[in-house]
Amino acid sequence: MSNDGVNSSRRTFLIGLTSAIGAAGAVGVAVPFVKSWQPSAKAKNAGAPVKIDISKLESGQRVVEEWRGQPIWVVRRTQDMLDTLPELDEKLRDPASEADQQPEYAKNEWRSIKKEYLVLVGTCTHLGCSPLFEEQPTVELEHGGFFCPCHGSKFDLAGRVYKSVPAPTNLVVPPHSYLSEGVVIVGSEEGETKA
Amino acid sequence: MMGMVNRVVDWVDARLPVVDAYKRHMSEYYAPKNFNFWYYFGVLSIVVLVNQLLTGIWLTMFFSPNEGFASVEYIMRDVEWGWLIRYMHAVGASAFFAVVYLHMFRGLMYGSYKPPRELVWIFGMLIYLALMAEGFLGYVLPWGNMSYWGAQVIISLAGAIPFELLPGISPADAKEIGEGLTTWVRGDYLLSTATVNKFFALHVVAIPIVLLALVVLHILALHEVGSNNPDGVEIKKNKDENGIPVDGIPFHPYYTVKDLPGVIVFLMIFAVVIFFFPDGGGYLLEKPNFEPANPLKTPDHIAPVWYYGPYYAMLRATTIDFIMSSKAWGLVAMGGAIVILFVIPWLDRHPVKSIRYRGIWSKIFMAIFVLDFLMLGYFGTQPATPGKTMMAQFGTIYYFSYFLLIMPFVHKFEKSKPVPERVTGGH
Repeated sequence: MSNDGVNSSRRTFLIGLTSAIGAAGAVGVAVPFVKSWQPSAKAKNAGAPVKIDISKLESGQRVVEEWRGQPIWVVRRTQDMLDTLPELDEKLRDPASEADQQPEYAKNEWRSIKKEYLVLVGTCTHLGCSPLFEEQPTVELEHGGFFCPCHGSKFDLAGRVYKSVPAPTNLVVPPHSYLSEGVVIVGSEEGETKA
Repeated sequence: MMGMVNRVVDWVDARLPVVDAYKRHMSEYYAPKNFNFWYYFGVLSIVVLVNQLLTGIWLTMFFSPNEGFASVEYIMRDVEWGWLIRYMHAVGASAFFAVVYLHMFRGLMYGSYKPPRELVWIFGMLIYLALMAEGFLGYVLPWGNMSYWGAQVIISLAGAIPFELLPGISPADAKEIGEGLTTWVRGDYLLSTATVNKFFALHVVAIPIVLLALVVLHILALHEVGSNNPDGVEIKKNKDENGIPVDGIPFHPYYTVKDLPGVIVFLMIFAVVIFFFPDGGGYLLEKPNFEPANPLKTPDHIAPVWYYGPYYAMLRATTIDFIMSSKAWGLVAMGGAIVILFVIPWLDRHPVKSIRYRGIWSKIFMAIFVLDFLMLGYFGTQPATPGKTMMAQFGTIYYFSYFLLIMPFVHKFEKSKPVPERVTGGH
């Protein structure tokens, strides 16, 4: 084929320009398709905070509520339970809660706003199963804690993960605050976040 | 009458090469004459694919993703013959994997991925990958409790991608990216009907289209280079004066007729499972899936369906944090275990194609590999205990060693038998 009279640099330029504009157009068209996978306005509304009444919770008990489809635990720990926490540091992966698994106000040795009340998202940080609450010592947990039946991950009574288990990090403390002495709100920091 | 049929065929053929295509792929596609038992599983995959498409289309007529669990109950109890169509589809999914695994093992035994059939193997692996996606998406749709928690586990894998290894991304950013990604996949902050609707669309439209296209490519690539055979001898090297391989026979009628009894035996076994063991004792349809999805109640033991077992065992075999979290390593092990299968044509440097003429070490290591894969599959469906985790760790190490250490080098340590000039057996 002869190339007589063909301005090949102009041809290259035009092909390049057309391709670039076409590619930009393709990216633009992809946006609504990708974005449509995000939670809809309806789903966003449904993610509103929940209030949990803890005034009737006895020492050593737990209540389970639901927030954004996740189990939320509030555990009222006994003094005995709290006393075991510092002893366990050696056996834990992240005893000082260095990893960003809790709001600033829960980054302390008992991982809660009020010493007694522990608020956790009740899903294992390995693959999202819901661990069992072992308030009494068991074979796996000599001081009690949370045991995940799926893959054997273990957490202490502050939701801190043990070493040598599949879960990489401590259980998540959700954003929460106290509307009054007996009511905690999960998913909102409008109430009190100090003890 | 015949004259008229011929005129119609001629009319079409002048506009679309149907006669040519029929000859190329059926009556003049020469397949080696020595195919054995293992060569049934290709055609059986097609049979199961047709079963899945047919029953799947019918199920969409009664299924509603907004009330997944209730609509499956409706299909099982109220739709006439709905139970049979659903069981054909659910058991069909397991049957699909069973025949595909045997089909892949055949390729592994006879070196069917070696030159010039690398692309045939790669298209086959892409089919396998699409099938795994299709199986997972389909398992979520009935919205039973195992659907829910299985999806929870698998979708949270997106959050295990170690983005913090990328330059300029802090662990906190990485966590946010991971969470954003899982939210995007779910279409909600939790698994919900938004997720089921999305998975339904992918399961019944998107992936089947990809799957069908890949099946066409798999067969076109195969027919371009010709089938391998149990002897690993290239029949095209030995042609008669008409250019037809002397050890080849036309696919139709010879193999179509041979395949028919295989299909019949398969359908008999398939029917026995559908009618008498549709849940396969909890292995085909898991027991927790007989109750609706419940986000507040984790099944005691989350197990994948059997066909994902080996990879699931490898996913949770990693327990050491080293550079990345053990969870991220699990993802690497699982992903790597599948990716490595794609490059088998380049990992296997044995000069002999078929296991028949390879040395003793090739045979021993392959036998151990089969046992290893079965063992991993078993541990993948069992609750984790320290002992089982350790066995799964050994299994994972052997799995990778087989492909990375044994396959490329085993020929240096063994004496192979001479490969014959012509295929053996087959009359």
